[in-house]
Amino acid sequence: MRKRILALLALLFAFGMLATACGDSDSSSSSSSSSSSSNEDAETEAASETKAAFIMVAPIGDAGWNYAHDVGRKYAEEATGVATAYVDAVPEGTAEFDNYVKDFINQGYNVIVGTSFGYMDAMLALADEYPDVVFEHVSGYKMNETNMGNTFGRMYEPRYLSGMVAGSATSSNLIGYVAAFPIPEVIRGINAFTLGVQAINPDAQVEVVWTSTWFDPVVEGDSAQALLDKGADVIAMHQDSTAAGEKAEAAGARWVSYNTDMSEFAPDAYLTAPVWNWGPRYVEIIEDAKAGNYAPSAYWGSMADGIVDLAPIASDVDQSVVDQVMEAKAAIIAGDLHPFTGPIMDQDGNEVLGAGEVMDDGAMLGMSFFVQGVIGSTG
Amino acid sequence: MNEASLIGLLFATVSFGALLYLAALGELLAEKAGVLNLGVEGMMAIGAVTAFIAGVEFRNPWLALVIAMLSGALLASVHGFFTVGLGAEQVVSGLSLTILGLGLAAYLGKDYVGLPPGAELVPVEWGSLSELPWVGPILFSHAPIVYLALAFGIAASLILSRTRLGLALRAAGESASSTDSAGHSVLGLRLSAVAVGGALAGASGAYLTLSITPQWAEGLTAGRGWIAVALVIFGAWRPSRVGWGALLFGGTLALKTRLQTFGVDFSPIILSMLPYVLTLLILLIISIQARKRPSPAPAALGLAYRREER
Repeated sequence: MRKRILALLALLFAFGMLATACGDSDSSSSSSSSSSSSNEDAETEAASETKAAFIMVAPIGDAGWNYAHDVGRKYAEEATGVATAYVDAVPEGTAEFDNYVKDFINQGYNVIVGTSFGYMDAMLALADEYPDVVFEHVSGYKMNETNMGNTFGRMYEPRYLSGMVAGSATSSNLIGYVAAFPIPEVIRGINAFTLGVQAINPDAQVEVVWTSTWFDPVVEGDSAQALLDKGADVIAMHQDSTAAGEKAEAAGARWVSYNTDMSEFAPDAYLTAPVWNWGPRYVEIIEDAKAGNYAPSAYWGSMADGIVDLAPIASDVDQSVVDQVMEAKAAIIAGDLHPFTGPIMDQDGNEVLGAGEVMDDGAMLGMSFFVQGVIGSTG
Repeated sequence: MNEASLIGLLFATVSFGALLYLAALGELLAEKAGVLNLGVEGMMAIGAVTAFIAGVEFRNPWLALVIAMLSGALLASVHGFFTVGLGAEQVVSGLSLTILGLGLAAYLGKDYVGLPPGAELVPVEWGSLSELPWVGPILFSHAPIVYLALAFGIAASLILSRTRLGLALRAAGESASSTDSAGHSVLGLRLSAVAVGGALAGASGAYLTLSITPQWAEGLTAGRGWIAVALVIFGAWRPSRVGWGALLFGGTLALKTRLQTFGVDFSPIILSMLPYVLTLLILLIISIQARKRPSPAPAALGLAYRREER
């Protein structure tokens, strides 16, 4: 008898713990929705008003990818007057994602933005189930014809520019690149970066280390350390934490961060960063939904659209380099310069793109080779 | 591969080894006393977050370490209360502890994400020892927690094998009733072993946020607490063997991404699985040998002890 009571106690304990753990993610959404309650109070007809909910894969405090989305969310709330809420640290490929979305929809949210690649299939299914709700998926490629579109940015444009800065800053001519997974988005970034490096410094090479994680500060930092040990004096990254920058700072090397201006985390190492600016695009989606004329699209915005940009360049970088970078930036925005313009060779020296040719979107979206000058393998 | 890369690899091996060793040593003590605690990951997370918070608030890394160890011990005592005090199922309680620890750490650390560290435990200067070629940069340029891990390991080994306390502790894990008959408090022994184990897991977490990556973010422990649990089995419940195992597993962590810079094309995912694969292999060996000699696992591991139900 006593045993049974104890087993029950243990079970209760387990459920209690589970509730505590889940309650944490909840608190982030409720705290943010309460912060926007003024908007909700203003428009009391809850049924018809537009409300947007954002779902993120990692903590918004990461200073990186998720933080950038949260900045965009706040911008959109300010600009449209539409109430928004978010929930962060929602894992991909779990029922948890569906539950949060349904929860938001039950609360009257009718614009759902999912900001991680792995939410794609779940969102497509949910879009089918809730035809009156607008679904926008960031970084994926699936959509439907009525209520789900996708959004991404041509990050390769500022990546190219950040490569130019890195190419000017290296004296060992070895630049390290800490990267998450060998998928086209990341490979495209590495190639654009390398082409930028070589536009300024044809002798420099870019060595890639795959971490197999988007967010693990220990592994990211250690990968940067491995590259620094090997002689790299500039570290670039396609990761969500600042750990690589801290190792570069400690080693007296330089650092090109990503997602947001991370200069405060490694003030001496920081050079510049290709960054996201989601706000204007979110305003567009929410305004469309509000006006009832949302039409799904595969949006791939450029630097000219403002969704991607280059963060300020460190003050100790030569003015001549800054001028060159700004000139290239203006040319990209004007459409006169495309980072992937031939001749482009792969690692083995085979010509992938002929002189003067510009790579089409299809080839860029499926990119799976490294350009000449990259050390490492794509898989 | 150049010299600096090799030194970097060996340095990281020792560093990650110490990280795993601290947590595994704590788990070993608890298991030696008969209590399986699967909450290592949660206790590490609590140690990591409290060390970081204390560092920011008090600007003293040693105080931060002490607070992390106390927090780890406190969380472990929750497990102790349920499993030793009430005789609850150890696996369920331990798993709950992991979930509780991770959730609580995320909650406590919310306002500290992205803050610069308030205090760091920087590498110890060993004078001329640190300047020795190879040996200096690999062994004598670590943060103090690494040397503490070694000291704790030696102390645990001596206490377990050479003292009456150690004998009583081991007895509590082998046969609680005879320990009780011999006049030792099984309750006291087990509760203290679990609490000390939690303190060591907390120290392991503190090593993350005070030295390895001085920042706090949810998910910082990234499953390393589970490697520590596997390590105890791998090391056959002996502090010295667990120590060597920690170096081996630490080496796989260090190699995970370094292998690529050595020009070896080998999936980092397979390397990440290695500790678990090796542990399964050891389990297999243990069960095959079980016919000839007794298992190295404490006989009463996982069994609650209640005097009246003997």
